[in-house]
Formats: sequence, structure tokens, C-alpha cells
Amino acid sequence: MSVSVGIVGGSGYTGGELLRYLHGHPHARVTQITSREYAGQYVYTVHPTLRGASDLQFIHPDALTACDVLFLCLPHGTASRQIERYAALAPVVIDLSADFRLTSPAAYAQHYEEAHPAPEWLARFVYGLPEVNREALRGARYASGVGCNATAVNLALLPLVRAGLLESAFAEVKVGSSEGGNQHNAASHHPIRSGAVRAYKPTRHRHHAEVAQVLGESVRVQFAVTAIEMVRGVHVLAHCQLTRKVEEKELWKAYRVAYRDEPFVRIVSSKTGLFRFPEPRVVAGTNLCDVGFELDADGQHLVAISALDNLGKGAAGSAVQCLNLMLGFNETDGLNQLGVYP
Amino acid sequence: MITLTAQCPECDADVRLPDGVMQNELISCPECGVELEVISLAPVELALAPDVEEDWGE
Repeated sequence: MSVSVGIVGGSGYTGGELLRYLHGHPHARVTQITSREYAGQYVYTVHPTLRGASDLQFIHPDALTACDVLFLCLPHGTASRQIERYAALAPVVIDLSADFRLTSPAAYAQHYEEAHPAPEWLARFVYGLPEVNREALRGARYASGVGCNATAVNLALLPLVRAGLLESAFAEVKVGSSEGGNQHNAASHHPIRSGAVRAYKPTRHRHHAEVAQVLGESVRVQFAVTAIEMVRGVHVLAHCQLTRKVEEKELWKAYRVAYRDEPFVRIVSSKTGLFRFPEPRVVAGTNLCDVGFELDADGQHLVAISALDNLGKGAAGSAVQCLNLMLGFNETDGLNQLGVYP
Repeated sequence: MITLTAQCPECDADVRLPDGVMQNELISCPECGVELEVISLAPVELALAPDVEEDWGE
């Protein structure tokens, strides 16, 4: 079985990553990709790693025709205003923006400061994090993408929540410049951005809504986002107050129970070597999320750590994983890349 | 040849001992990486090897 795939808004970084992952996919073939700015140009002129691998040319969005699957890689608020059109073009739609991630219209209005343009569609979308929604994604027609920062926080803390061990957490989230997308602005100008350690969003980051949706309201989780000198990657270091004193073996058990069958989550909490805890560059270019932890001497203060590629597990990788679940493919199809080192 | 296994005293992982393993041999846990000493073969028993302080690159 092979399905035809269209990518809407494909000149951005997530569009390029989708092309890269789907290039090696045994059952999905990208047949159309849209860009207003680059219509008529070969995709490798914008996504240079695809030179020799794809002879696809960008088309204008108005030229989009029916296909089996549509990935939407549009600016925030765009997909939700055109969802009827896209749903008429393809039976399966995966939206990488934040438009359909929240199930509650009230939560959307609170965090995105406007009423949702198509609230009746929110319940039709499954939140696209396979580690929490695998069964709901199987056979689903509509899936949202995930927030990269939210996913890094969620996967770091999920085992603790499931084991009833997390009382509260404060996460310091360090992020790379590609989170800002491919549209430049004054803040991304090289003399300004290079070398930055910029407290980008110390409180009230929009991804809090996704964290609350995944981890629940019963645990208090806060996080601050700092932009650092990095292109790809999210690094989470979360100080956790546990509900009771534990031993390290109990934490290993909690993380193993949560992730032993997960193809893209690795537990990295090593006593030896240079890479003892998750580090973003180790997972750059992959759909992997590494998670780890270290228990403080008091047995109740834990530091949980995670790392992922914001364009991989934090965006396009998860979206392809969703595609595989939705259409019954092998969950790892197209996603078996390892990172590069050094 | 029977494969000997034991649990890591640090993280509870199942540790497979190498063929021909000897008492007092040092091995590493495949999951948490801690260095372990085989303190007994019958029954198989592992203990944390003496820790060597290092700054691992800092």
C-alpha cells in the first residue's frame, strides 16, 4: 500500500523535515508541496539536503489537489480558518501547528488570546503524541502536531505522574533558534541571536496548556524557556518535588514501565561516559527523545532531564509517527535515523 | 553454555554476564552504566564496584 501525501506550507523547516523523513518511507510518497513564495522552484533549492533525492517542485496553494494525506505546516491560526477546505481534499489531515492541539475551546482562548476559529473541529483531532494517545491515533482521520517544548517537558515527567510520584516541577527549557521558524526578524538577526542566553518566556509560555492537558491539572508544573546558542534542540532540566521519599530503583522502574515499549524514547541516566544525561545534539535529526534523571541525596528532590530535536520528535517526526499509526503502517517507518556525532 | 544473569544493584536492570566470567571481575550495567563487581558466581551476585571520582570532562 502506498499513499499520496501533500504538504501545505512546505518551505518552512518542518516542511523540509517532513520531506526528509518521508523520503525513506516505504508507504508514503509526497506528490505535492505548496509554497506561495517558491512556487515553481525545486524543493532542494530551499531544502538543500534533498538535492538529488527529490525532483518535486513547489506549487501555489491554490493548485493543491486531492490526495490521501495532507500535512499542514502553516503559521498559527491559518489551518483552523481553512480546515473545511483541507478536509475536503484529503481523508487524513495532520496539522503541525498549535491550532488543534487543545481539546478545550476555553483553554485555547485562554492561551492563544482569541476564540478558536473552528471550535467544532477540536474534538475531531487527536493530540499527536503517540506516547500518550497511541490507541486513539490508530485509525484516526485527524491528528494535531505537538509543541516541541511541551513534548520535552511531558516526556521527562510523564513516568513520574503515572507512578503518582510527582508533586510539582519547575523546568528550565533551553531551546535553539530553529524554533523561531525560517522567517527572520530583529531578534533573529545574527549579531543579536548568536551567543544569546535570552530568557525568552520565563512564565506563561503557550505550551503550558499542552503540558496541563497531558500531565493533568493535579500536579503543578511550571517552565521557563531560554533561547541559547543552538540551532536544533530542546533541553529540559526539571527540578521535581516528589510526593514521597524514593530510592533510585523505583525511579528506574517508573521510567521503564512508561517507556520500555516506546520505539523513540530512550532512558539515558548513565553512571559512566561523557554523555550521562540527555543532550540535544545526540538526537538532532532524529525522532528520538532521550529522558533521564538524578535523585538528590534526600530521596525526594529529583532532577528530570530530557532532550529532543524540536523539528524531529518535537514536530515532523511525531507527525510521521502519527501518520504510521493512523494508517496502520509500522510505527517506525521512515523514522529510523540515528543522530550524528560529534 | 548457560548464560548467567543477575540484577544490577543500582537500577535493577537484568545484567547478562559474559561467557567465562570470573569472580571479582568488573563488568558494566548495560542500562545505567555503573561498574559492577562479580562478588559471587554460585549464586551469581553483583555489587557496586568501588567508585573512582572523576570530573568526566568538566
